[in-house]
Amino acid sequence: MKRGASAFNALSVSIGLAFLYLPIVVLVTYSFNGSRLVTVWGGWSLAWYRELLHDHVILQAAWVSLRVGVVSASAATILGTLAAIVLVRLGDFRGRLLFSGMVYAPLVMPEVITGLSLLLLFVALDVDRGFWTITAAHTTLTMCFVTVIVQSRLIGFDQSLEEAAMDLGCPPFKTFLTITLPLIAPAIAAGWMLAFSLSLDDLVIASFTTGPGATTLPIRIYSEVRLGVKPEINAICTIMIVVVALGAIASSLIAKRGASQRESEALGARSSEFGAMQ
Amino acid sequence: MHPFRQNRSWGAWAVILTPYLWLVVFFLAPFVIVLKISLSQAALSQPPYSPIFDITAGWAGLAAFFGNLSFESYRLLSADLIYLFSYLKSLEVGAISTAVLFAIGYPIAYGIARSPRSWQPLLVMAVVLPFWTSFLIRVYAWINILQHDGLLNDILLRLHIVDSPVAWLSSDTAIYIGVVYSYLPFMVLPLYATLEKIDGTLLEAAADLGCPRWKTFWLVTFPLSLPGVAAGALLCFIPIVGEYVIPDLLGGSESQMIGQSLWTEFFSSRDWPVASAIAMALLALLLIPILFYERLQQGPIEGRLQ
Repeated sequence: MKRGASAFNALSVSIGLAFLYLPIVVLVTYSFNGSRLVTVWGGWSLAWYRELLHDHVILQAAWVSLRVGVVSASAATILGTLAAIVLVRLGDFRGRLLFSGMVYAPLVMPEVITGLSLLLLFVALDVDRGFWTITAAHTTLTMCFVTVIVQSRLIGFDQSLEEAAMDLGCPPFKTFLTITLPLIAPAIAAGWMLAFSLSLDDLVIASFTTGPGATTLPIRIYSEVRLGVKPEINAICTIMIVVVALGAIASSLIAKRGASQRESEALGARSSEFGAMQ
Repeated sequence: MHPFRQNRSWGAWAVILTPYLWLVVFFLAPFVIVLKISLSQAALSQPPYSPIFDITAGWAGLAAFFGNLSFESYRLLSADLIYLFSYLKSLEVGAISTAVLFAIGYPIAYGIARSPRSWQPLLVMAVVLPFWTSFLIRVYAWINILQHDGLLNDILLRLHIVDSPVAWLSSDTAIYIGVVYSYLPFMVLPLYATLEKIDGTLLEAAADLGCPRWKTFWLVTFPLSLPGVAAGALLCFIPIVGEYVIPDLLGGSESQMIGQSLWTEFFSSRDWPVASAIAMALLALLLIPILFYERLQQGPIEGRLQ
């Protein structure tokens, strides 16, 4: 694409970014508002953060979400990386079409359908719903995103490195550990981060698959939000925004260290599936 | 030649089967169950539907099971206009939002693609960063702005554009604002990815031959960006049609989108067969766009296998 941005180009990008950031800036600002009313500015205050520290229900939910996030992201990273290797490196096999269909479908499947179908599975299997059912559901959803990220990295790097190792008599598994794994490590790290943030984010699937004693943070926030705006919710949301933004920046730095510019662009986000599409 | 391909050992099969089996159990099997339950009838039992498939009854049980399947839920769906309106409303919201997203997203993607190369990763990151934060939080942020005594009404009143607060929340306008806001990166990123790859020499050639800039855009740039348009449109349209959180928090109560109907049937009415039938009908509605999206995704990899 020819460079050279016109005033129109610059304007559309600026307005677009303003549209994207304004609501978040408003939310973060209100979380420091001393007044309970949104329209009244009561001066800068940390009151809602202090209040949050004593809200055991929210803290409990945050703890559940963190545990679900870490376990499901780790499982999803392993499964998703394996799926990416299958799709890129293992060639054709019986049932491949079904496999790639199952890998890409969850990316666009409406959440209500995925959530309902997983719940009905757990009911049919007669499993007690709770921590492990949410974790399994999130693993299924997020592994597909990991696959897409790792797969774009696998397509991107020079396969002759693997071929050289194998020609010199290195067994496939060792080749994977010593050549492939270090090369795709940044993508795997970015995939884990993405899976974790998706899990932390999910409301619909968690609502379907949850059970007694396993209320995640989004479920908790949702039930509060339905009752209207509360300054404490602004505060917990601000904390989540900061945590996630730091994670996103960290993972893009990791990705940059190992990957070319093109890939780090592709890795930018949860929308990273586009990288694989090109 | 694929290095791992020539001798597919038990190790390679283990690599294939682990994710394969996981997806069959947690993605494919659940759909079969949804289909089955959509053909059951609601019952006051636990689980709240019948017949329940009992594997211990053997062949006789299987025959009885199939004999008891019913299309009652689907008949209910097609008889009650509420569901039809829900579907139509979902399609309408999906189509209009996707069109608006395209109109807003294209200039942004185009602007990023034309900016200096060193800025581009930063700009892409800037588009993407808000979307690492929770979906729920982003929708909630709009409640702060759109509510009765919220920021937007405050500004409009102070500027004397309106005399009394406007009811932004609980309206279709609010749904559209929320949907467009939430899905914007899903439109911008695939558009940017294709625009960024367009060969600059094509544009120079057109300019050298005296083609005006707008015409070059229309005859060269836009047609070459169509794959990105298709990807962006599908990536937005499909999930928006099934959206639940945005219409529930920002929309009004007078008409529901189909995702809300499913949620209500399941959680409030506890009518699992009808909820399953809604899910199946929604899936049927989205099947063609989903298959189309899958083809777009599989293209580059399948190409490499040849």
